[in-house]
Parts: sequence; structure tokens; C-alpha cells
Amino acid sequence: MAILDFAGASQATVSFVTNYGHRLYSDDFVRQLDRVFRSSPAGASDAEFFENQTNPALVSDFFELALNFDDGSFDGALVWDSLQFLSSPLLQTVVAKLHRMLRPGASLLALFHTDERIENIPTYAYRIHDKRTIQMVSRSHRKPAQIFNNRNLEKLFQDFQSVKFFLTRDRLREVIVRR
Amino acid sequence: MWNRRKEEEPAPKPTSVPPTVSQPAKEGIPMSTQPTRPLEPRTDTTRGGVAILGKSVILKGQIYGREDVTIDGEVEGTVELQEHRLTVGPTGKVVATIKAREIVVLGTVQGNIETREKIEIRKDAKVVGDIRTARIVIEDGAFFKGSIDIVRAEAPKPAAVPPKPQPVASAGTQSPAAAASAGDVKR
Repeated sequence: MAILDFAGASQATVSFVTNYGHRLYSDDFVRQLDRVFRSSPAGASDAEFFENQTNPALVSDFFELALNFDDGSFDGALVWDSLQFLSSPLLQTVVAKLHRMLRPGASLLALFHTDERIENIPTYAYRIHDKRTIQMVSRSHRKPAQIFNNRNLEKLFQDFQSVKFFLTRDRLREVIVRR
Repeated sequence: MWNRRKEEEPAPKPTSVPPTVSQPAKEGIPMSTQPTRPLEPRTDTTRGGVAILGKSVILKGQIYGREDVTIDGEVEGTVELQEHRLTVGPTGKVVATIKAREIVVLGTVQGNIETREKIEIRKDAKVVGDIRTARIVIEDGAFFKGSIDIVRAEAPKPAAVPPKPQPVASAGTQSPAAAASAGDVKR
């Protein structure tokens, strides 16, 4: 199987996935977002970061760096919490690309913060240690484009076959989507 | 083109101290205020047989080697060291397809990588490309974008065992079990 991981390469996840004999494609999706949309020397503000996501030239640059795969390339995608930092319409374009890149029957795992009162949410690097353990290494706090509720998520993944939600103890909504 | 790190450094020149009244200099005995390094031959054998591409070297083309190579400069093209180790130093930038027995990356590599044994992507290293290897080590802080295929090393095939000679049992001494198993043998 071919698995896409948006968390950036880590020894734990690489070992876990490849020990099953699967192929892992690794990329640090949030880092690529910052590289393209927060590229001013002083570092763009959050408002500029989201505004830049509507700039067609920058969006084109972004898709040259990320998600440039053939249709049906993957059997699974570990998207983690990265979709929270995409504003419309880039968010819908990314989800549509994910839909095309996944094979029918493939699964996608995404996480969304649930606390609407917090302006800047914690972000993590996710590492799979074993079947029961995901290590969350704190990275930073950053402003999400929006806080998603169940209805938003159902609408976002409406082209997929099924969407399942699980609330976790870390104020995260775990979403498993089937292509 | 290839810089080789010298095996032995030149012995440091002894700096003589001007003679003073209270401590006259002895002729023939060099005096120094600095501790002198012993002139022992270097026992560090890991540097032996390593070709080093220095920081200021820019190479475009093909590298084919039968010894370990360290790249501290810039390389664009292909690198092939089938039975040897490639080290891309912290200042090294390689835009190339790489094949080696073992690769250690501390700098930047862009291109597909194939190793027979192991690849190590160290902290602060940046690798963009697809990797085929038997083992991979990625340190925290390294950047990697690409796919990882773990290629399991094939177990050595056991040597062909000659067929054991079967004991020939006479009809009169054959046990019931042996008779039963003998009945299973296809003729």
C-alpha cells in the first residue's frame, strides 16, 4: 500500500509504516504552506497568510510544491491537523485533490480542534509509535482559518463515501473519511 | 578536482622562548610555552580512502567511485558508489541521482536515492526525492519530502543439501512404522 503522511518525516512513523511493507510518502504540509504563503522576509501576519491563500500565483506555486501526484496514487492519507490552516477556496481545492489522489476504498485521517474560544490553537508533529500510540510533539500555536463542526466537515468531505467522527480527550475531533 | 584529506598533519613548529637571565636557553633543546603535540602517527583509519570534494568545488557531471566520498561542495548530475559510502557534509548541496552502499546526509540532497544498506538523514539536513533503501534513520529536525521504499535484503539461499542416503531395510527386519512410511513413498 502507499500511504501519504502530511506530518513530515519522523523515524517512528517511517518505521511503523514501512515495517508493514507499505510505501510511505512524507511531506511537511504546514511547512510548505508557510513557505509559500508566509514567505515575506518579516514573516506574514496571520491575516496576510490567509489572504495570500487567495492569490492565484501563490496557489499555483503551492501546488507545484505539494500534492502534485497522479490520480489514485494512495491507499491512505494521514492529513493530521493541517486542513485547519487553509481558507476557502484553497481548502476545497486541497480536499478535491486528496479525493482524486486516493484510490476508491482508501482512508483519510484528519484532526480538527474543537475549542472555539481559543484564538491560537496548539499544533503538533504526529508520530505513530505503534498500533495504540500516537506521540504528539508540540510545535507551536497558530490561528486556524476556521473551527469546524460536524456539519462543516460533512459538507467538506461530501464527495467521499463516508465520514466518521470521534472526539478525543485533547479537544480534537478525529475524522476518518473513506474514499 | 578531488581533495584528499592528508593523513598526517605537519608537526607544529616549536616556538622558542627568548632566553632570560634567570633561565638561560640550552642549545639544541627547543623550548616552548605551548604544549607540544606528540608526533604519533594518526591512528584514525576512518579517513583512509575517503575522497573529499571541498566546500568551494562545484561539479557538474557523473561521479563514479570505488572508495568512500564526502561532498562538502556542490554536485549536479549522478553519483554512483555501489560498494561505498557517500557523506554529504553540512555545506554540501547535491542535485543528483545517487546510488551507494550507504549514505549520510548532513546537507542538502535533491534527487532520487538508492542505497543497498542504509541512509541516515541527520538533523538540519534536507532531502527531496524518492528513497529506496534497506534501512533508514531520520533525526528530528531533518526535512524530508519524498517516498520511502524499504527494500528487504534477500536472505542468502541455503546451499543445496545432497539427499540423505536412505537406509536399506531388508524385508525381514523392517519395523511396522518403517513399513508404513515406505508405503507413502511414490514409486
